[in-house]
Amino acid sequence: MTFRARHLLGIEHLAPDEIRTLLDLADTYVELNRRTIKRTDALAGMTQINMFFENSTRTQASFELAGKRLGADVMNMAVSQSSVKKGETLIDTALTLNAMHPDLLVVRHPHSGAVNLLAQKVNCAVLNAGDGKHEHPTQALLDALTIRRRKGRLQRLVVAICGDIAHSRVARSNLLLLGKMENRLRLIGPPTLMPAGVGELGVEVYDDMKAGLEGADVVMMLRLQKERMDGGFIPSEREYYHRYGLDAEKLAYAKPDAIVMHPGPMNRGVEIDGEIADDINRSVIQEQVEMGVAVRMAAMDLLARNLKAERGRQAAGVMA
Amino acid sequence: MSDTITFTNARLIDPEGLTETTGSLRVTGGRIAALGDVAPEGRVIDCAGKVLAPGIVDLGVKVGEPGERHKESFRSAGLAAAAGGVTTIITRPDTEPPIDSPETLEFVTRRAAEASPVRIRHMAALTKGRAGREMTEIGFLLDAGAVAFTDCDRVVSDTKVLSRCLSYARSLGALVIGHPQDPGLSKGAAVTSGKFASLKGLPGVSAMAERMGFDRDMALVEMTGARYHADQITCARTLPALERAKANGLDVTAGVSIHHVTLNEFDVGDYRTFFKLTPPLRSEDDRIAVAQALASGLIDILCSMHTPQDEESKRLPYEEAAAGAVALQTLLPAAMRLYHDGTMTLPQLFRAMSLNPARRLGLPAGRLSVGAAADLVLFDPDAPFVLDRFTMLASKSKNTPFDGAKMEGKVLATFVGGRQVYGEQG
Repeated sequence: MTFRARHLLGIEHLAPDEIRTLLDLADTYVELNRRTIKRTDALAGMTQINMFFENSTRTQASFELAGKRLGADVMNMAVSQSSVKKGETLIDTALTLNAMHPDLLVVRHPHSGAVNLLAQKVNCAVLNAGDGKHEHPTQALLDALTIRRRKGRLQRLVVAICGDIAHSRVARSNLLLLGKMENRLRLIGPPTLMPAGVGELGVEVYDDMKAGLEGADVVMMLRLQKERMDGGFIPSEREYYHRYGLDAEKLAYAKPDAIVMHPGPMNRGVEIDGEIADDINRSVIQEQVEMGVAVRMAAMDLLARNLKAERGRQAAGVMA
Repeated sequence: MSDTITFTNARLIDPEGLTETTGSLRVTGGRIAALGDVAPEGRVIDCAGKVLAPGIVDLGVKVGEPGERHKESFRSAGLAAAAGGVTTIITRPDTEPPIDSPETLEFVTRRAAEASPVRIRHMAALTKGRAGREMTEIGFLLDAGAVAFTDCDRVVSDTKVLSRCLSYARSLGALVIGHPQDPGLSKGAAVTSGKFASLKGLPGVSAMAERMGFDRDMALVEMTGARYHADQITCARTLPALERAKANGLDVTAGVSIHHVTLNEFDVGDYRTFFKLTPPLRSEDDRIAVAQALASGLIDILCSMHTPQDEESKRLPYEEAAAGAVALQTLLPAAMRLYHDGTMTLPQLFRAMSLNPARRLGLPAGRLSVGAAADLVLFDPDAPFVLDRFTMLASKSKNTPFDGAKMEGKVLATFVGGRQVYGEQG
């Protein structure tokens, strides 16, 4: 077993063997979660605090459930965005929380790098639940687990990520993870939603969806935020759907057994056709949600083990 | 004579002749009296082969008076300058309130003269409140001692307003300093767009925004005939436009900050806000091109762009953190990186740091010649040290990107008008 990380701030700092270790453990939690009695005591007595500076229902619920199934005491902190100055709140909240001796801190923040900043100020393990346009590591890990279970491997696959790449932390984390695992990556989207310099990252960039989907094993759709639909980045919702919405016609260019993924929540009729989303032979969207809980359990379990080991060494050091 | 000093055995840097010679230099009455092979008189300082150069004239220093004295006062800035070999500070008017009237200019002039061991001259705002709408009293401000006019990093986006400011300034022979940056394209940007910005998920600005801003300003300079200086040219793409402007005979010069010729965008690393600057750090290709342009003289002036920020305004998520870095004291040692890597010679460096800014502003400084003011820096370009921002910096603010960096180049003594303001006496 290899997992050295102290925090889970992003995929960037994880090694391939650490990713494999985490996914292997997550597999066992998938089995546990399908039982009637889902409780373990891996995190018994430990305190997990979920701090979401940005609204989230799904991710927060997933982390909360994961912590509870591992036996942790889970607290959800409601952090108001409107409260005075955000930055001051962030550091001050971190120091306040730290004084309460949490063991795991799950943080989502609207600014890239904010979770890294916070991690420097606390003694516990920090999990990034999404920071700005930077990373969303547990999403990439749950996507990887879903792919591995469906495809039987996580290498040498052609993965197409489609949509609003520029504003997506999901895309960044997936790009890093699937790249580390030696897959062939394609990014598809209008140039206005493509980040600058991606060509240098060893990926293929397409603005034509059919060409980009040609022969793909995995089709990953991204959510298009409402505020980007009206003229700023794309001309209109309907033109976007026409050119980049995933429907049966476009999906036919991918491999016949290609799977369709979406991090949710979906805009049916904007980036994905309702029928594709509901097609149980192609869409793995519900499975992604299931894998999410298992992956988060695995991540917190591994971080808790490292935290206990570190504290054990410190205690031994003090006595010696 | 009690005010006579003779420096012996010195490496004398002459940025006018672009030469470097070993010899002696005698100072009398605050001025350089003799150079070369001179007999020791008065106080004799054996330089032991170290470098003696004209003191740095640092164009574009932010001092927090008025408004933000907790970040930097004239006293602390003056001490930092003396320790960094800077003998003349040219302040920026982006204070709170801005220096946009003769009254505020007189206030800072008096405060600076009382508090600082080095010379301080002031720039004034180009438009009232730096709001980009109405021009300041350029004539009165010139009379009160303003050396140049600038709205600093706030671009005057209304070209009609700017063209009138430039025309009016031209009639008085005033120098206008612009910040070449297209305000639309650069809006909200924290870093330069590209691979690094994309990986870190930070809002980026294309290097093209600088070229666009510069091209716009050049069109207006051509139209009005104004004297113009671009505060910072940081991108390779702007250099051909600068070259063209000069070749066409426009009265144009350009500067660059020490950070943009010694650091690149990747130095930001894990959201380190001390590396957040205006404009943002650029690619390594840009850094190299700009450093070479500085060596060739295409870019005229190398400055610190000293911008003190307190810890609180930097301890924020990257996008929200304040921009700018202190550099009065690190300008010289950081510039030695360009000397040690062979990009520039010492005379070239002092042409960019001392001679050119003095010339552009019409100040009697920056020269190593008989009759010039004895504003001098004595330093060891090879002395190594590791920068500790808390123990080594005299600035009230400690926001330097060079904290913990290995540097070479230690100032041994600084003289202003023949009077020692830094270094061991005796």
